[in-house]
Amino acid sequence: MILDMRGINKSYVQGKMEVPVLHDVSFSMEEGEYVAIMGPSGSGKSTLMNIIGCLDKPSSGNFFLDGQDISRCSENQMSDLRLHKIGFVFQSFHLLPRQSALVNVEMPLGYAHVPKKERRERALRALDRVGLSDRVNFRPNQLSGGQMQRVAIARAIVNNPKLLLADEPTGALDSKSGAQVMELFQKLNEEGVSVLMITHDADIAAHAKRVVMIRDGMLLEKE
Amino acid sequence: MFENLRLAVQGIWSHKMRSFLTMLGIIIGIASIIAIVSTIQGTSEQIKEDLIGAGRNTVSITLYDGDSEAYFYDNSTVAPVISEDQKKKVRRLENVVDATFYYSRSYSTVYYLNDSFMGGTVLGVDGSYLDTAGYVIQTGRGFVQRDYDRFCKVALVDTNVVQSLFLGENPLGKVLEIEQQPFTIVGIITEPDDYLPKMENLSDYEEYFTDSMGKILIPDKCWPICYKFDEAQNVIIRADSTDNMSSAGKSVADILNANIKNQSQRTNYSYKADDIMERVRNMQRLSESTSQQLIWIASISLLVGGIGVMNIMLVSVTERTKEIGLKKAIGARKKTILWQFLTEASMLTSIGGLIGVLSGIGLSQVVSRLTGTPAAISVPAIVGSVVFSMLIGVIFGLMPSVKAANLNPIDALRSE
Ligand SMILES: Nc1ncnc2c1ncn2[C@@H]1O[C@H](COP(=O)(O)OP(=O)(O)OP(=O)(O)O)[C@@H](O)[C@H]1O
Ligand SMILES: [Mg+2]
Repeated sequence: MILDMRGINKSYVQGKMEVPVLHDVSFSMEEGEYVAIMGPSGSGKSTLMNIIGCLDKPSSGNFFLDGQDISRCSENQMSDLRLHKIGFVFQSFHLLPRQSALVNVEMPLGYAHVPKKERRERALRALDRVGLSDRVNFRPNQLSGGQMQRVAIARAIVNNPKLLLADEPTGALDSKSGAQVMELFQKLNEEGVSVLMITHDADIAAHAKRVVMIRDGMLLEKE
Repeated sequence: MFENLRLAVQGIWSHKMRSFLTMLGIIIGIASIIAIVSTIQGTSEQIKEDLIGAGRNTVSITLYDGDSEAYFYDNSTVAPVISEDQKKKVRRLENVVDATFYYSRSYSTVYYLNDSFMGGTVLGVDGSYLDTAGYVIQTGRGFVQRDYDRFCKVALVDTNVVQSLFLGENPLGKVLEIEQQPFTIVGIITEPDDYLPKMENLSDYEEYFTDSMGKILIPDKCWPICYKFDEAQNVIIRADSTDNMSSAGKSVADILNANIKNQSQRTNYSYKADDIMERVRNMQRLSESTSQQLIWIASISLLVGGIGVMNIMLVSVTERTKEIGLKKAIGARKKTILWQFLTEASMLTSIGGLIGVLSGIGLSQVVSRLTGTPAAISVPAIVGSVVFSMLIGVIFGLMPSVKAANLNPIDALRSE
């Protein structure tokens, strides 16, 4: 099991008020699964995703990522989990604007202290996997939205994560680029990466093998 | 580490104008410090050169009566006599190259024909006086062994005496009357061209003034003929190096003073070495303490520069919030972010420091051209400046860097 959450609660403290966002969420994912989370705006999708991505800690509940108990993790251990086990894909890509596609993709490997030469090789291979071998030296402003998202995907997979997390990966793309991204996710999932994707769009969610609904911070599994 | 440096250079280079303006405070501060230090060092060396002269390393050891130089007007005072044994000891001292012992009277009755010679000095010298004290023979001859062996009444005069007594006449062969004894002038002596009088207070000026009245040299063997008694002598030595001048002078004074205690008639006689190095140090200390204050003022510019760096780094952290959030999200540790910003800040100030050093060297050259004082480039000051400016970057960059490292990645990524 790559992911196992039991009775997760999350609330934000706003002034003196405690705002509950997630209520008693239990959710698990087998290795190699492809899951989509759907729900209306403000339902807590991103909040859940941040917890799963080790960017945030739940207020209560148990959460195991690849067998590791997150509640016992230090800040540095959380960083290392993000670095080695998780790949992030964001709605708005978050590429470094001044750097080439290659440098953007190499970035996580630098944090993992991979030697310079190997870094380059692996980044080139990742760009090849997303079909951008001919764009390695382009900067983000010289790329289309779809291409930018594919660079971001290359960056997410370059350190061979077990779990790919995508928060509305097609939200900023036209349908054609969106379809390309979906194709890529499909391919990566077939290669053994577990994929967890958030989306508003039922058509996009349909690419996943399992869809989970969230409403007002509560999960409803849909078969 | 290397990666951080590359990133830092890139960050600085991508905002050339802004980076330069930020560095300006550091540049100005470091440039002024380097300029001040170089000028001081140059001045210091100039002072040393001025006071020590052409590097002959001569030290005078003079008999004092209490706090003032001992003078002998008549023969009533019995002064300590330097024995041959002591002279040998002095000459054998390790750092003494050359030593001369001489009698001296500032007020003597000297006549040439009917003109009396006032205010000058009569010296009774041994064979090594001219060499040791740094005189050269202009015309005629110096004293020879025969003059000493046979008590020849011969004299050497300097150019000042020539001017005041022999208006246009050739003094060679003329006879001076010193204390009613006739002395034949055999040579004219002069100071070398590069001689610089040392003057820093009134007594130096007086000394220079009496010197300028003229000197008459006679063989020391003839001294008792004129003055009836053996009396105290003064000493001039040459040390083997400038650095040994103080210690050599002191050793000589110690040898001579040991004897005074034995002859204890008047205990307030003592030999003192004219410690020129001490004077040099005093003058240098004075000039350095003045510039110390200038350096403090220049440091204010560094402080202002440091605050500028802090300000720009805070702006930079705000601008790059998203970048920082992303980096943390994809696995950068807190420490990594901290180092990235610290490196950038210290890089910024180090480059500023380097430019400052170069401008400072240029500035000191300009100052040296304008004022004529030499500028000495001080390597420790240069290294110190660059290291110090790097430190400024670390100190003033710390707060912005900690702020960057502590950013919450979720909030940072969401910021627009
Ligand atoms: N840092 C925070 N402090 C306080 N409340 C927060 C914070 N972050 C999120 N919330 C609240 O939590 C709730 C869920 O937010 P979340 O971002 O998870 O929604 P979402 O499902 O991702 O919505 P969308 O589809 O619009 O992205 C919202 O009501 C939001 O106001
Ligand atoms: Mg969201």
